[in-house]
Amino acid sequence: MLYKETGQYKSTYKSDHAIFPLIQDKIAFSTLMFIAFLIIPFVINSYWEKAILVPFLIFSLAAIGLNILTGYCGQVSLGTGGFMAVGAFSTYKIMTYFPDLNIMIIVLISGLITAAVGILFGLPSLRIKGFYLAVATLASQFFLVWLFNKVPWFYNYSDTGQITVSERLMFGIPVTGATAPPYATYLFCLILVVLLGFAAKNLIRSKMGRSWMAIRDMDIAAEIIGVPPLKTKLSAFAISSFYIGVAGALYFAVFLGAIEVTESFDIMTISFPVLFMIIIGGLGSMLGSFLGAAFIVTLPIGLKFIMVDLVGLSAVTAKHFEITIWGLLMIIFLIVEPHGLARLWSIAKEKLRRWPFPY
Amino acid sequence: MSLKDLKDIPYGKTAIELKNIFLAFGGVKALTDVSFDIKKGEVFAIIGPNGAGKSSMLNVINGFYKPTSGTINFAGTHRGEMEPEFAAKSGIARTFQNIALFKGMSTLDNLMTGRLLKQKQNFLMQALYFGPAEKEEEEHREKVERVIDFLDLQSIRRTPVGSLPYGLQKRVELGRALAMEPEILLLDEPMAGMNVEEKQDMSRFVLTVNNELKTTIVLIEHDMGVVMDISDRIVVLDYGKKIGSGLPDEIRNNKAVIDAYLGVADDE
Repeated sequence: MLYKETGQYKSTYKSDHAIFPLIQDKIAFSTLMFIAFLIIPFVINSYWEKAILVPFLIFSLAAIGLNILTGYCGQVSLGTGGFMAVGAFSTYKIMTYFPDLNIMIIVLISGLITAAVGILFGLPSLRIKGFYLAVATLASQFFLVWLFNKVPWFYNYSDTGQITVSERLMFGIPVTGATAPPYATYLFCLILVVLLGFAAKNLIRSKMGRSWMAIRDMDIAAEIIGVPPLKTKLSAFAISSFYIGVAGALYFAVFLGAIEVTESFDIMTISFPVLFMIIIGGLGSMLGSFLGAAFIVTLPIGLKFIMVDLVGLSAVTAKHFEITIWGLLMIIFLIVEPHGLARLWSIAKEKLRRWPFPY
Repeated sequence: MSLKDLKDIPYGKTAIELKNIFLAFGGVKALTDVSFDIKKGEVFAIIGPNGAGKSSMLNVINGFYKPTSGTINFAGTHRGEMEPEFAAKSGIARTFQNIALFKGMSTLDNLMTGRLLKQKQNFLMQALYFGPAEKEEEEHREKVERVIDFLDLQSIRRTPVGSLPYGLQKRVELGRALAMEPEILLLDEPMAGMNVEEKQDMSRFVLTVNNELKTTIVLIEHDMGVVMDISDRIVVLDYGKKIGSGLPDEIRNNKAVIDAYLGVADDE
């Protein structure tokens, strides 16, 4: 009863193919956007910014990227960390060479550079599939991190091998660097996530998304229908890498400010968590990308809150428990709901549709 | 050779001509010296016992297998090596013996994939989903909706095809091929595993497509009743060789065909 579709008639294909075809979805989304753009910027503090909102937004972007490749096009990738590093180092080098360039443009160019690198590492996907492709992308992860460590040109020959962001303004307000106010970094990420999120959704509901899914579900039939396999797979690699590159650029420039490649873009800190995000959120679901990112970002904070503040364990013990519980939850989750949080949401919608009647 | 060439041939003239086709996988000879032609606008059936090379024949026609030797002429033009994508562009669509639908996608999306080759907007326009991109999407949706109406798929428009019963999946697969608006439709056992009513429905669809849209149909089928009723001409394969061809009545009385199906009487 709460989520009633009856009475909402579609008389044009346009309204039938809308992103939010139901009035309830439209209201919910508008409310969310209203809160995100007009309330949170005024109440945000540094803790919420650094611990929850900005990492959530950045990882949502990375999860959308990986979901395009893995969830929609069916090409498993473990190279997310490597591609995010490409985005980060591109941003750093562009900042060095073009000090006057707008930060938004720098971030987008970093995405394009990552897309090019993604195409290069996507080439093996024509010949190999599944686990074998996962191993090939794993190679890209290790190669790229090794490259950024080994060639001093990438970190401007600094002694520590660290790269540090300099201050950049957007409409006169710093969005990168130590002086950036929380609301500015948050809004900067939010605008990119909303714009790129809609772009991804549009791609998925048009020709390109259908080509990806056709390749994912049955590549031989797709070929006979006229979907060129190489071009389609590479387009997925390119667009996915673009999103991951932008996420990497934001991760470095807006979120961390200073990074060291082996530790910031490690397989355990980036590649696996982002893969978990899309598996737990829901493969092949835009909503799933966001839910998964929210879940993985907030889980450690929630666990720490429960163990340290409520139960009273010491911080070190809690940290050890946290990893164990995290792993345990992953396993339970995959057994109980292998299709992820997005599926739980669609089941909940089904229930809301009938509530309070049992059927 | 393009879509237009097949379109321009008058009805009743040869659309595809296959001459002395050999196909071998290592030592296995799938097809040996098979020649026949398919005329535009007819229902052409390929029959034969299991393993006779019927599906291989379809795969040769749409470029999925490259024949070891032999010539294929499309619309009077010689065709050498050919990619499946090219066949799709020239107006050849097909269905598969074992259903090859995109299981994770809805019926509507599966049918929309049939329109992919006709959608021209680039990915930036698609990402913006603005103006021409949106209009194009709606145009193709309208074409697909016609196929949905024709095949009575309205109620399962939003259902993921993986969860549909077998008979409906076969129908959706026919729909996907029809959405391509093909000149030539290759059907690989469209009625396998169906009950009598479903076979009647499917025959009706096939005949309507042939009559109304004037689509040339190449059909592989094991149900002889159906084949004899709906096809204009038949070719019979056995062990990769052509053992007979002609009108249904001729095939019915062809000694070699009867022997292939029923075995040869041992006369001493």
